[in-house]
Amino acid sequence: MSEFLQHLINMLVLGGTYALLGIGLTLIFGIMNVVNFTHGVLYTFGAYIMFIVVQQFGLNFFLALPVAVLAGWLLGAAIELTLLRPLRGSDIDTTMLVMIGAWIAMQSGTLWIWGGVAKSVATPFPEAPLVLGPVSVSWLRLFVLAAAAMLILVTYLLINKTSLGRAMRATFQDHDTASLMGVNVDMIYTSTFAIGSSLAAAAGALLGPVYVIFPQMGDLAAVKAFAIVILGGLGNITGAVIGGFILALAEELGAGYVSSGYRDAMGFLIIIAVLIFRPTGLFARAERVG
Amino acid sequence: MKAIVTILAVAALASVPLWLRDPYLLNALITTGIFVIGAMSLNLLLGFTGQLSLGHIAFFGIGAYVSALTSLGFDIGLLGGFRLVHTPWPPIVGFVLAILIAGLCGYFVGLLSFRVRGAYFVIVTISFAEVVRLVALNWVELTQGPLALTNIPSVALPLPGFGELTLRTKFHNYYLVLVVALIAYLLIARLVHSHFGRSMRGLMENETLAVSVGIDVTRTLTIAAVISAAIAGAAGSLYAHYIRIIDPEVFAFINTVTMVIMVISGGKGSLAGPVVGGLIFGLLPVALRPVMAPEAQWIAYGGVLIAILFVLPRGIVPSLAQRLTRRRSGTTALAPVALSETGAKEPA
Repeated sequence: MSEFLQHLINMLVLGGTYALLGIGLTLIFGIMNVVNFTHGVLYTFGAYIMFIVVQQFGLNFFLALPVAVLAGWLLGAAIELTLLRPLRGSDIDTTMLVMIGAWIAMQSGTLWIWGGVAKSVATPFPEAPLVLGPVSVSWLRLFVLAAAAMLILVTYLLINKTSLGRAMRATFQDHDTASLMGVNVDMIYTSTFAIGSSLAAAAGALLGPVYVIFPQMGDLAAVKAFAIVILGGLGNITGAVIGGFILALAEELGAGYVSSGYRDAMGFLIIIAVLIFRPTGLFARAERVG
Repeated sequence: MKAIVTILAVAALASVPLWLRDPYLLNALITTGIFVIGAMSLNLLLGFTGQLSLGHIAFFGIGAYVSALTSLGFDIGLLGGFRLVHTPWPPIVGFVLAILIAGLCGYFVGLLSFRVRGAYFVIVTISFAEVVRLVALNWVELTQGPLALTNIPSVALPLPGFGELTLRTKFHNYYLVLVVALIAYLLIARLVHSHFGRSMRGLMENETLAVSVGIDVTRTLTIAAVISAAIAGAAGSLYAHYIRIIDPEVFAFINTVTMVIMVISGGKGSLAGPVVGGLIFGLLPVALRPVMAPEAQWIAYGGVLIAILFVLPRGIVPSLAQRLTRRRSGTTALAPVALSETGAKEPA
């Protein structure tokens, strides 16, 4: 029983960052209809920003997180402006392949700049974990959970309570009509991609110090993000949050009770199963066609 | 005209080992040839049915593992204490089994995947390839996991009356790959120009219209998926017996991306496209190796992919063909090559 409780605690920590990754991707996929293969690189990028700020510049750990979010936002906006805006109106396969090209180039760039040796980031948290009866959790992981929860809340408020969020939701529903009503759809696309990218960078910045940082760390993260988006349904933010926790639970239980070698297979199996049995996602109501 | 170009190209390719003595270049040509076969099979799906499969390497890898395990033998425990023991069979049997089993996997993935289209189809195919990779990595008893299957025997051709010819040298393997590539090319060409090929293209161009004239969507797409997977399996088998060592990294996503780049750059939906694109991108690393660090090569690789999609979105071969026709006819007709004969015109 205590083992199961421990898995639940781990699930909460992991699920929070997965939800961040998923929200970012579901926004981009849902609003722009772009299958964003650079999402994983942005995650890696966020982690390296954390490494640079903390280890190389010796600045405060808590300052590094907003820096990573901002850097992710800028890189995302740059990708959108240079690669996606000129291809507006192309079919989804073309933009997807361009994103794959960008992913290969950027990941190799990371490898070139920082090398393949895994890096770790020193944290200001005590080594000793917080023990709560039968389970224990490190202070760093608690911070990760809290920060992820805060970022999810901020994104939720941004989408649902601001005029930018209203314009994004309108564009998601029907970009022609939104454009007729005076929404600057180009600006919405750039903002969406930038926000999604900054969330991916935040997830990387949060999980990077928990594990180690290396150039290919984003590959699995990207696939997991796709699994979460498919679980939650396209463009569904609440679905992405729940999907993040479901994937984390499946991984924890899979690793704990089946075999740790198949931990990372859970995301793929979920994708295949969901697409066979409920292609619109677990939480989809009637979906628009088109 | 077209036939002359084809014959000249084949003759040129067949003469290469006679004058090229550099083993490094010959090796690059053989592996490129194997990937060109994979790219041709991918083109059958991507270029003629419009389905972008990003898990194509799964069939290649399955072919490689089936062929290797058939010729190496294995001894694994099954549920309930049974053991499955297989004694080694000749590599040529492995080659046939690789085609059959990869085709079978293509059938199941085809059945599953064509329920979902577009981006979701892409993601299902990626997931399938990754699950297969993780199985190859973790089922150590069968696949040796990350330790790799080693000492895979070379292909031996039985020659009636003369015993066996073991294809061990690069010289032999070059011709083996060339022959298999030619067979695959002719098979795909035959298929594309048949009634079935017109059904495929009809579906790609206007599914509603194609269905209304009686083309069976699921059947057509499934057959295309099976043939495509079987050819990829054959390529995988050649790879296993040529390289003679395979590990789960054969399933790496970057290998699928390489095939996709070959198809897209050469021109999807063009028979010669994957060959031209494959030769360019297969030999590009060889050309870049003396001038660039490996990481920089990959940056260039990604950059070239983006550049091709921006500048030549339809690929090299269709763009050249269009330019030639335009010059000859003196008009500026923009009829896309793939649209020249539509299957939908012909009732099924």
